[in-house]
Amino acid sequence: MTHQDPANQNRFCNVHSHLSRRTLLGAGGGGLMMSALARRLAWADEQGVTDPGRPKSVILLWLEGGPSQLETFDPHPGGVYGGDAVAMDTSVKDLQIADLLPRTAEQMHLASLVRSVTSKEGDHQRAVYNIKTGYRPDPTLKHPSLGAVLCHADQAGADIPRHISIVPGSSPGRGGYLGADYDAFKIYDPARPVPDVRRSVSETRFEQRVSDLYDVVESEFRRGRLKQAEETRTLHQSATDAALRMMSSEQLDAFDVSAEPREVLESFGDSAFGRGALAASRLIEVGARCVEVTLGGWDSHVANHSLQSSACEKLDPALAGLLKRLEDRDLLDSTLVVCGGEFGRTPGINPAEGRDHWPHGFSTLLAGCGIRRGAVHGATAANPKLNSDDPVADIGDPVTVADLHATILDSLGVDYQEELETPIGRPMKRCEGKPIQTILDS
Amino acid sequence: MSRLRKIASASLRWSWFFVLVLFAFGYLVAGLSQQTTAGKSRNPAASETRTVTNAMNREISSSVEQMNQDRDRSLASMGLERADAAHWLAVCRRLSLALVGNGLSLEEIRALEQLKESQRERVHLENLLRDPRFHHYWAERWSRFLVGTDEGQFIVYRRRRFRIWLAEVFASNQRYDRMVRELLTAKGLWTDKPQVNFLTATFDSNDGSADPIRLAARTSRVFLGLRIDCLQCHNDFLGNVNLGDADDTREGLQTDFHQLAAFFTSAKTNGLQGVRDGEVDYSYKYLDEEQETDVTPNVPFLPELLPGSGEPRQRLAAWVTHPENQQAARAAVSHVWALMFGRPMGHAVDNLPLDEPCHPMMDTLAQDFVSHGFNLRRLIRMIAASEAFRVDSRSEFEITPEHERAFAVFPLVRLRPEQVAGSIMQAARIKKTDRDSSLFLQLQTLTGTNDFVTQYGDIGEDEFNTDSITITQRLLMMNGNLLNELVNPNPLLNTSAHVGMFARDNSHVVETVYLCALNRYPTPAEKQHFVARIECSDNAGEAIEDLLWVLLNSSELAWNH
Repeated sequence: MTHQDPANQNRFCNVHSHLSRRTLLGAGGGGLMMSALARRLAWADEQGVTDPGRPKSVILLWLEGGPSQLETFDPHPGGVYGGDAVAMDTSVKDLQIADLLPRTAEQMHLASLVRSVTSKEGDHQRAVYNIKTGYRPDPTLKHPSLGAVLCHADQAGADIPRHISIVPGSSPGRGGYLGADYDAFKIYDPARPVPDVRRSVSETRFEQRVSDLYDVVESEFRRGRLKQAEETRTLHQSATDAALRMMSSEQLDAFDVSAEPREVLESFGDSAFGRGALAASRLIEVGARCVEVTLGGWDSHVANHSLQSSACEKLDPALAGLLKRLEDRDLLDSTLVVCGGEFGRTPGINPAEGRDHWPHGFSTLLAGCGIRRGAVHGATAANPKLNSDDPVADIGDPVTVADLHATILDSLGVDYQEELETPIGRPMKRCEGKPIQTILDS
Repeated sequence: MSRLRKIASASLRWSWFFVLVLFAFGYLVAGLSQQTTAGKSRNPAASETRTVTNAMNREISSSVEQMNQDRDRSLASMGLERADAAHWLAVCRRLSLALVGNGLSLEEIRALEQLKESQRERVHLENLLRDPRFHHYWAERWSRFLVGTDEGQFIVYRRRRFRIWLAEVFASNQRYDRMVRELLTAKGLWTDKPQVNFLTATFDSNDGSADPIRLAARTSRVFLGLRIDCLQCHNDFLGNVNLGDADDTREGLQTDFHQLAAFFTSAKTNGLQGVRDGEVDYSYKYLDEEQETDVTPNVPFLPELLPGSGEPRQRLAAWVTHPENQQAARAAVSHVWALMFGRPMGHAVDNLPLDEPCHPMMDTLAQDFVSHGFNLRRLIRMIAASEAFRVDSRSEFEITPEHERAFAVFPLVRLRPEQVAGSIMQAARIKKTDRDSSLFLQLQTLTGTNDFVTQYGDIGEDEFNTDSITITQRLLMMNGNLLNELVNPNPLLNTSAHVGMFARDNSHVVETVYLCALNRYPTPAEKQHFVARIECSDNAGEAIEDLLWVLLNSSELAWNH
């Protein structure tokens, strides 16, 4: 039988001795009371304005699988390759998009279209890497994705991660050579709780666990080992503290779209993607720098029109709802919305009534942050020659994926030409493209 | 009578049930108590292992002594003190982490405790080298060096088959030079000849044939320990890449990269026959040139070792594996060293500049590696037996990063995600989880590890970067499903329940949980603290669960030390 003295018993069993740590652990977040964040969002709702000093952010509506430009933003009805898509007028004179996006058509005066994006990557994995980082895959270096580059460019703090991927697909944004610190924090359908931020035991037990971790085990581990191991090497306690702050942060409320009125929720569509787009707009208000929301279902090698229609049903309300909400809340000047996928789809329709991968001329939508409203850059031909030796011959004003990145970074006020240093000291520009001037406000 | 028959029948059924329960208990608690000496003497495998181990030890002792002297001289020249040898359990944990990707099981610790202390590390190493977990774990690690982590084009690339082939290479302890030759000269179909996947992994970026650019970069890094990627686009104007004669280097040229790439253009794809040898067919427009020029295959240094005739890829393979190509041997040693320590010997695992001196231990290992038939297991044994590997990570003197770099102490190295996953999965079980475990347990381990690594953040093929810990990782460890499932008192599977049921007292409970999670005994202060925690708790099971949670969430679990 182990002997235990009363003094020890008192120390071990009296949870009130951990009040200082309790402050850090907080009350567990959430709760029934309206948080300061919720009050701020509600106030902004009433006033229709937000803090003008906010840093610029980006929301990436990521269409994974390769959306068809012909069934979304670049229809060519009646042509040889037009398929079943019908073009419809938009809120911009002389600009038509596919009739599968009727609500988006009403908001096109807020956005610009680039219809001539080209790349050399026709494989999903490589093309996703290319368009998320602006660089082609390189076995010797992992490049950071757009969100990581933005978060690295300014080191402002927040209780919640500033690079977030909602409903992550196969390739959520990565920190690449900037480090895992810049990886996207992944959450799934905002209708579900944020993963791993709720403790699984009572507050008292959780406090005691953390107390034992810090006071007993960590201090023993540091004894006699590398000088300043915590500060210069392991960072274990600081990372744990940051995680604990997040667990009790009121900013977590931004993930919870259930606080929004029913009509707002409905306007974004009853889908994880729609809820994700709504959560994205809430998250950038509390300091997130880049939020990507993924919508799959675009890889239409068979039954193209049916699959694209089905995916558009989810995209349309979410995209239109997001643009309208950002505009209504005076957020579109400080928030860039980018909507697109890794490549487009072939003009030709295959025997299975599908369209295959096509990186030689596809569309991306951009809105906000100094992007001109109602502009269109580039064009694809209604009846392209499809010369395999020169597949971009029919593209008017072609731009590269790197150009797209330069445009995005430039509009966000980030020096796209600045050289960063990789871990081995290799200089690497944030981006090797040039901004597409025709869609930037002069 | 019929009532008697019913009673007898029921008794029989219950007897069977109790026997089954007894077996189940026996299975679950195996390893909790120490084996008897009688049990030890009945284990011929253990005694055979010890004999083999002693013979191996004699064979490598002079080379290991040379390594130790190299280290001593280096430390003396730097005026650095060195730490004492680490506890045998710490060394065995390092071996397990390096070779199978997780800590020791309680079952393994108890078995080793039956041996003389001087034999435990060596016996554990030999056990691991024979263990299929080692073959598969190293196959995955080497797959990452050789072909990366992308799944590529399924039509022409089978990463899984490649990995299994590598596992067979490690299981049979095939010579390293043979493995390299088979990779560089691979022919046939990717399904039939798995080593062909080294080439077909690059098909996706070169229209269905081997991509010479990617293969040159890969070959240079993996087999030569040189980063010459920047030469793809321009001559080296920063003084980063020096090539040519090792004693009289010159600046790296764009031609060096593309001449190396040209070897791989001889790998032709021929429909159903797969990859075949053909003519070199490579032209390139160098920077500032007006026109493309034909590129002839050549090597970036030691050209005198390149055979003058033969198929291009065979010439390249013969040059890479030439016994006098010390740089290529260093590259192999560098990878094995990095896997053993969790970090490279120098700045990077694949960057050993020709014009910069390596640590003397590197050259001793490289020379021994070549002169003893490119034997990977011998190389592992030498590293494991060296004082640099066996030294403690703590000391009486103040430890600085310089001490770590000079191998005066064992460095603190963050575990890779799969090592963290493996360690927490193993900590939650009394017995080691391997192919002899129940299918359910194997499946749970596989899926749990994969899910955990995905959420924790797979670092891909860059195995030895020093990424810092992230908030996501801490949240996953503190609140994630896997950890909660592993620490809860599941009476069938988990350590937390087993120790509560079978340990003789609370002191034994704390000791056992520490051994399972951290592979060491608790200090007196730690033991006193956690015994008191259990005794003052209304629910001892919850207190044990909390103890396991604390240990699994510690730096000590997440770091090699």
